[in-house]
Amino acid sequence: MSDYTAQEMMVAVASREIRDGDLVFVGMRLPVLAYAVARNSHAPTARGLFEVGLMRDQPAEKFLGTMGDPSNVTGALWATRMSNAMALMAQGHVDLGFIGGAEVDRFGNLNTSYVGDPKHPRVKLPGSGGGADIAILSRRWVTLMSHERRRLVDRVSFVTSPGHGDGSHRWRKRNGLLGGGPSAIVTTLGVLRFPEGGGEAYLATVHPGHTVDEVLSETGWPLHVSDDVSETSAPTDAELTSIRRFDPEGFWTRG
Amino acid sequence: MAEAIERFVPDGATVAMGTALEPLIPFAAGHEMIRQRRRDLNLVGPISDALFDQLIGAGCVRRVTAAWVGNVSEGLGHCYRRACEQGIPRAVEVHDHSNFSISLALWAAAWHVPSLPTRTLLGSDILRTNPGLTQAGDLVHVGAVRPDVVVVHVQRADEHGRAHAWGPLGITEEAGLAADRVIVSCEELVDPSVTLSDPNRIVFPETKVVAVVHEPGGAHPSPVQGHFKRDHAFYRDYAERSRSVEGFEAWLKEWVLDVKDRASYLSRIDVESLRVKTHRPSVPADFGDE
Repeated sequence: MSDYTAQEMMVAVASREIRDGDLVFVGMRLPVLAYAVARNSHAPTARGLFEVGLMRDQPAEKFLGTMGDPSNVTGALWATRMSNAMALMAQGHVDLGFIGGAEVDRFGNLNTSYVGDPKHPRVKLPGSGGGADIAILSRRWVTLMSHERRRLVDRVSFVTSPGHGDGSHRWRKRNGLLGGGPSAIVTTLGVLRFPEGGGEAYLATVHPGHTVDEVLSETGWPLHVSDDVSETSAPTDAELTSIRRFDPEGFWTRG
Repeated sequence: MAEAIERFVPDGATVAMGTALEPLIPFAAGHEMIRQRRRDLNLVGPISDALFDQLIGAGCVRRVTAAWVGNVSEGLGHCYRRACEQGIPRAVEVHDHSNFSISLALWAAAWHVPSLPTRTLLGSDILRTNPGLTQAGDLVHVGAVRPDVVVVHVQRADEHGRAHAWGPLGITEEAGLAADRVIVSCEELVDPSVTLSDPNRIVFPETKVVAVVHEPGGAHPSPVQGHFKRDHAFYRDYAERSRSVEGFEAWLKEWVLDVKDRASYLSRIDVESLRVKTHRPSVPADFGDE
């Protein structure tokens, strides 16, 4: 089972970010699979929270096109209103959130709103959804993104979901943001992480089959490389089995 | 449905729909607004899974007040993009929110206060593009958003406007309380003895509800717990066909403009393949009193 896709690699890495006992603001797409993988391996007591108004322990047994699919409701620990899910996050009870993004910058700020002038955008992206809320209020968060120069940019032109702001020391705390901010950017090529207390992303690991040079050439700023940069552990057979159980048709993971 | 939209959703109305996020989206009502050529609507919602995109593409919309507009399983909303980027078929004004802040905006209206404070959106540029959001120190004040009308699709309702909905409700309750009036469409029209047997499950006060429409399948392609699964393929087909203006117009003609009503729409779909067949009724709550 050694063959796997870039998306499966990302899901495996994302699942390892989930700690046992975490309350995870799951979101959509690949993180839904990451949550399922984690629950079935190293995080058997994690719980998932969904902004539609759901809390779960066991992942849904069926493929999910969205968090609001009926099979995500069956067996839920709690079906409720969105503001109740947000209440838990506002109190700092969400340990980890996942946010998708179109663009991320060197300080982990995400843009999912506008490319170009918001009044006359070159590209109108769908918007925040719950992204800004997760970015500001969850204790730590992770974003998953295809590693391309046009997506990993020096500075995003519009901050939908703030990361570490301008990168200055303790920017989040000084600006009243409760949560700790982004802890990792998981891409199709590697994993970028941030120093304690915020600042600028650095390259922590490179996925098997890729090189540091490749990562640097696909990154829109001069990316710091960790002194002990290493290879990301490939997805295990157990992780791949789990991923394929929850995405049998490869809707999310076969690009 | 035609009568409800005709009477209660005028041009220029502020209309909330899709308040339960991905489930229970009142597509039948939205399509009726398109057929009746509503104009200048201000659409309010959290995320919108394709319905707002369709209304925007059909030229019904002047403003969007929402956290996210697109196609949840497929990504971008192509009509929304064309409207914002090129003014096709007309420009729309966007009041950006996050999911949390649009909920608070509706709660503020529900509680009849000008705004509610929150810590979300600190550090976000959404504060720059939405005039209804103001920062004061470490708090953001979210200005009230009051819909003229909220349209919801629910599992069952009675003719007096008592609507039972279950599964996650998103921002449905605050939208209903904030709104001037509520239009309910339902899978099942039931006797009041059914709705009143479980008053905890009634979503809105009946005093807000101005119309109840018995519209089975009125949420397709979105899911309805206990009734229908989500039609993922339908969303994919819409995403592909709406990439071009011509493709969208052909889609709109086929699925909205040339369709008389919901029954004829459903006759073109393999409804049985989407119908929930494994039922899991909850245990009834005992409301006994003596």
